[in-house]
Amino acid sequence: MLNYAIKRLGLAVVIVSVAMTLLFSMIYLIPGDPASVALGPRATPEMVAALRARMGLDQPVWVQFWNFYSGAWTGDLGIEVLSNRPVLTVVMEQLPFTLALIAGGITWSVALGIPLGCMAAVRRGSFADRLVGVLSVAVIAVPSFVVAIYALLIFAVALQWLPAIGAGEPGDLGDQLTHLILPSLAVGLGWVGYIARMVRASMLEVLEASHIRTARAFGLPERQITYRYALSIAILPTVTLLGIGIGQMLSSAVFAEIVFARPGIGKLVYDAILTRNYPLVTGAVLVTTVLFVVINVIADLIIGALDPRVRSGF
Amino acid sequence: MSEAVSEPPAEVGTFRRTMRRLLREPLGVFGLSLVILVVGAAVFADLLASAEPSRISPRDRFLPPSADHLMGTDQLGRDLFARVLHGGRIALLVAVGSTVVSLLIGIVLGLIAGYGPRWLDNILILVFDALKSFPTVMLALALVTLFGPSLTAVVVVVILVNVPGYARIIRTQTIALKSSEYVTAAQSMGASPARILRVHVLPNVVGPIVILASMDIPVVIAIEAGMSFLGLGVRPPTPSWGAILNDGFANIRESAWIVIAGGVPIILTTLGFTFLGETLRDVFDPRLKGRG
Repeated sequence: MLNYAIKRLGLAVVIVSVAMTLLFSMIYLIPGDPASVALGPRATPEMVAALRARMGLDQPVWVQFWNFYSGAWTGDLGIEVLSNRPVLTVVMEQLPFTLALIAGGITWSVALGIPLGCMAAVRRGSFADRLVGVLSVAVIAVPSFVVAIYALLIFAVALQWLPAIGAGEPGDLGDQLTHLILPSLAVGLGWVGYIARMVRASMLEVLEASHIRTARAFGLPERQITYRYALSIAILPTVTLLGIGIGQMLSSAVFAEIVFARPGIGKLVYDAILTRNYPLVTGAVLVTTVLFVVINVIADLIIGALDPRVRSGF
Repeated sequence: MSEAVSEPPAEVGTFRRTMRRLLREPLGVFGLSLVILVVGAAVFADLLASAEPSRISPRDRFLPPSADHLMGTDQLGRDLFARVLHGGRIALLVAVGSTVVSLLIGIVLGLIAGYGPRWLDNILILVFDALKSFPTVMLALALVTLFGPSLTAVVVVVILVNVPGYARIIRTQTIALKSSEYVTAAQSMGASPARILRVHVLPNVVGPIVILASMDIPVVIAIEAGMSFLGLGVRPPTPSWGAILNDGFANIRESAWIVIAGGVPIILTTLGFTFLGETLRDVFDPRLKGRG
């Protein structure tokens, strides 16, 4: 297991390096000079030259690459030009909003997905089972940004039950949670489908197991068998599925943040692209990628710990 | 499906049998009807909608749905029904086109990784894993800074998202076939690697990957619509469902019919292709069941 963990972590470091190289070459290839773009058309040549020097753009390519590369590993992602603050600080300020959104998405998907999958497995073949099956496929298929816009249209604009924009008053937890309901539904709805399918499949397997048969033979109530003895085991694969899910929810979170005008990493990158604030784009994309890689490594390590076949196949 | 039609006569029996089994599944029938509806609407867009999709008419701004404008008009007075039908063309062309291109690239790279030298395999796998490590939307946003908003950017994003997965599947299957007896026999008779891959490996690995790729079509449609919604994909005035959503989103409080016109086609199309794909997969190849 240790061997597998070291290999997996090593691969993650290599992957992040390759990703960093791709990012750097992408930014380097952008037509136009980031300094003059950031300063706008009215900047004097002296101002551009000064900013170029401060951003390190006057150095040879390989020095620039080394600065970017070595800086990134120590958390130095450069200076954000507009506010003159470190990129990492700006990105880290927005990260909690995105993480809260993803946590909300997980809450929705677990709170709806596990009971639905459980019910479908217990009433296998019934109309309810088929309905859950069709709905699961449907919510997986519909893009999250369409869910976000329609949730906003129905619950915020037409019914006016919930707020439409922002993240709520700072310090007012209740207000912040109300602002979280709709965006996190958009992030988590597709995963209700994945989790319901997963729980149903593993519940069907577990319900056939001998310890369940024994519990039935002892005459335990069906409800207790289902929830206490079957679900507690059947839920394990879902945990690892969520590991992969968190990474993908990052993508949906970008849309949810833009639709609901919430602060967060996605909104940050989107606005940075519109204002051509390239150091911020690279920094935020890099932080998200590292987060994504780390979450996937953790998920892989959990799967590896549970299933020895994964380890040997590496 | 078109590839089934172009198959040799011996296969027609299997095609008929598949169709008959598909038509027994209510969900398959539902998916197939939606797909036919969407494809038909896109193909006959010019006949079905008399209005010009990009013609601006300032006097007709923000008209709600009526007999003249079945889905109403947008902030520039353009007929939404025409824009939705023509937007379907863009969505389907981008989806099918970029899926075919990623399939071709994926197959070639997968065959090279699986059959070629070990070091090349290792490099390719590393690049695939690195590409997969970017969250899709972040990858799209980063690429748009490079290319600028365009259809090209959408196609490149789709290729970068799809190719690693396809190539990996082809690679695994190629490695499994590499040591099979008939490939060893062909090698000993002096067949070149290109001939072995083309004649002996490719026909055996291509079937499942085509089914998997066709199941990705709704995902690709979502990528195009999503990027166009953010203003990073198809450029105005070209009609696109995502762009219509973007127009409508800006006016969601006063003119809700615009977001409805932009979003409902996306929902119907993704549902149609997904239901059809799920049913076809179960009918064609039960081994693939449970993927995803």
